[in-house]
Amino acid sequence: MVKVKLEHLTKRFGKVVAVNDLNLEIKDGEFMALLGPSGCGKTTTMLMIAGIYKPTKGHVYFNDVCVDDLPPKDRNVGMVFQSYALYPHMKVFDNIAFPLKLKKLPKDEIREKVKKVADFLEIGHLLDRKPAQLSGGQMQRVALARALVKEPDIFLMDEPLSNLDAKLRVVMRAEIKRLQKRLGITTIYVTHDQVEAMTMADRIAVLREGVLQQCAVPDELYLKPRNMFVGGFIGSPPMNFLDCSLVEENHEHYLDLGVFKLWIPPDIADLIMKNASGSELVLGIRPEDLKVTLTLPPEAKEAGQKSKVQAIRSEIYVLEPLGKDVIINTKLGDTLVKVVAPPTIRPSVGETIWLNFDLDKMHVFDKKTELAVV
Amino acid sequence: MSKKFSNLLRGYVAKPKVSISTGALGGLKSFLKEKSRTFFVIAFLTPFLAALTIMYGLPCALSVLMSFTDMGLSFELHFLNPLLKNYYTIFHVADPRVPVVAQTTILYVGCTLLINAGFSLVLGVLTAYCIRNENVASVLRLLWFLPRMTPVIIYALLWLWFTDPTYGPLSIVSSWIGLKGVRWLLDKPYSQLVMIAVNGYIGASWGMVIYVSSIKTIPLEIIYAAKADGATDWDVIRRIILPLLKWPILFVTSWQTLSLIGSYTEILAIWDGYSYTSGVEVWSLFTYHTAFEGYRFGYSAALAIVMATVALILVAIYFKVFGFKRMLEPSRIEV
Repeated sequence: MVKVKLEHLTKRFGKVVAVNDLNLEIKDGEFMALLGPSGCGKTTTMLMIAGIYKPTKGHVYFNDVCVDDLPPKDRNVGMVFQSYALYPHMKVFDNIAFPLKLKKLPKDEIREKVKKVADFLEIGHLLDRKPAQLSGGQMQRVALARALVKEPDIFLMDEPLSNLDAKLRVVMRAEIKRLQKRLGITTIYVTHDQVEAMTMADRIAVLREGVLQQCAVPDELYLKPRNMFVGGFIGSPPMNFLDCSLVEENHEHYLDLGVFKLWIPPDIADLIMKNASGSELVLGIRPEDLKVTLTLPPEAKEAGQKSKVQAIRSEIYVLEPLGKDVIINTKLGDTLVKVVAPPTIRPSVGETIWLNFDLDKMHVFDKKTELAVV
Repeated sequence: MSKKFSNLLRGYVAKPKVSISTGALGGLKSFLKEKSRTFFVIAFLTPFLAALTIMYGLPCALSVLMSFTDMGLSFELHFLNPLLKNYYTIFHVADPRVPVVAQTTILYVGCTLLINAGFSLVLGVLTAYCIRNENVASVLRLLWFLPRMTPVIIYALLWLWFTDPTYGPLSIVSSWIGLKGVRWLLDKPYSQLVMIAVNGYIGASWGMVIYVSSIKTIPLEIIYAAKADGATDWDVIRRIILPLLKWPILFVTSWQTLSLIGSYTEILAIWDGYSYTSGVEVWSLFTYHTAFEGYRFGYSAALAIVMATVALILVAIYFKVFGFKRMLEPSRIEV
């Protein structure tokens, strides 16, 4: 198998910088997800790894060997696309056999390999059909078979599940993960869906406007986002962001959110002062980390008082029941805050609730640089 | 009116199902509403159907009718005895010019078709796939478009200058390789080569545009997938692009066959008066000369009918070869 290294990788299309100075290392047999919104450069990165795009600057290494001048046919990569990219004029058999025919393998060997991979992916009965006669899930399997049949060193997948319906997507998600673990092929998986990336990948590289924001294991991305973009992109519903500033009163430090203040211990205040570029800050807290109670709980104190958990009274604005949870929308000043509450709490719109802020679950960002300071 | 068309019309017309009120008045209103719809549909289609009948239907019928007559300058319809005499003249080679014209036409249509449908395919693939710089590709396409944008007379004059035996660039260049004193427009086979070049240069751009637009509709992901599968550019062209251009090739070939069989404008403009002796008298031009120089309208109509029949047979063969019926079959997607 292969270890992939991207070194100062840059791709420009005219004046547009699609990928900017990307440095990334994907370990042998690792499942790496490239995650980001549309236009962030993740597909461009993948196409440069495949050799279809030439980097404007920087290098791609396979096992420490620079492959910049290696054409796609010599890189031994298997690719799967969002649209499946099956050859519409060829039958399923010929689609899967295509990479082997190009290698000029003997016909018997081609037939044997195609049959083996088709049986493995349970599409053996579809070999005589044309792509137009297949469902989305079947086309996806054919695309996987075509990528697998050549026994690639690297698997490149460009949003392969985006065209499937929600139910099938969940099934295929698990199947691709199982397949990758079973075969141990180094895999680079491009997606804009953070759930896909979090559930499937060993590590995730988050991209924004061609720049790498953070590369880490899923838990680290969730628990320790490097900046506001990562914090907001990972998690559903997204992280709540509240503008605030650090103030000092009577030798105590507070985060002043306008409508209320949160007391913070000296060590956190020191960290903020050390890392922040100014006093303008953003408090980030995930909807599932904000606890909702109908009364002030015994372990909490009202906001501004010395306590690990501080609560603020608020009024319910909108409710979004999900069955297993309910998303409560409430307003703190002008900012709409989302809270995931268990279904045991059955509040109604207009009712007063207590929002409990746990200092351990809070993230503080520098408003100017958007970087995490705590 | 065909059954299919009547059904279609009925499907559109028989819409109103909402009853306004019960009783005689309601029935009358519903009846009038349905009639007004029918009237609307007929009124909408009438101008088109009238134009189709006058511009195509009547001339076709008249041509068939004329082909059984010896109609001349007097424009009188005297049916021949035997009725198919004009056709006997054509097929029994009673007219010695017919086999010469037929040979010229086969040469002209065959060779020009190779350029218009074949070379244009090369141009299309070259400018839509091989040349990655879109500006360069656009300039190349424009160069091939120039003759199509030039008025026929100007285009003919340019060829007259280009092939002039004394000071034409073609004569000057050919003299370097020992070809001196060639009368490019009068001496066979040069005149026939020029005839093919004249029409090929105009025709290639049309096919090129169709092919370029068709290649551009092939999703880039399919090309990327082929490359990742190990295909070279030549493999992509041979195994992906060309098979996917099957229908555009059928369309361009059919269209160009019909166009070439019926075309003579450029030949008339360049060779008028010398076309037969120069070996460039194609069937359509022969039909034109028979009608408007020989004033044998009946015989000319028979020539035109033969030409149209051959064109239709060729298109039917293309459809068969390319599997046109399969293209129209509904999809069998299983969801």
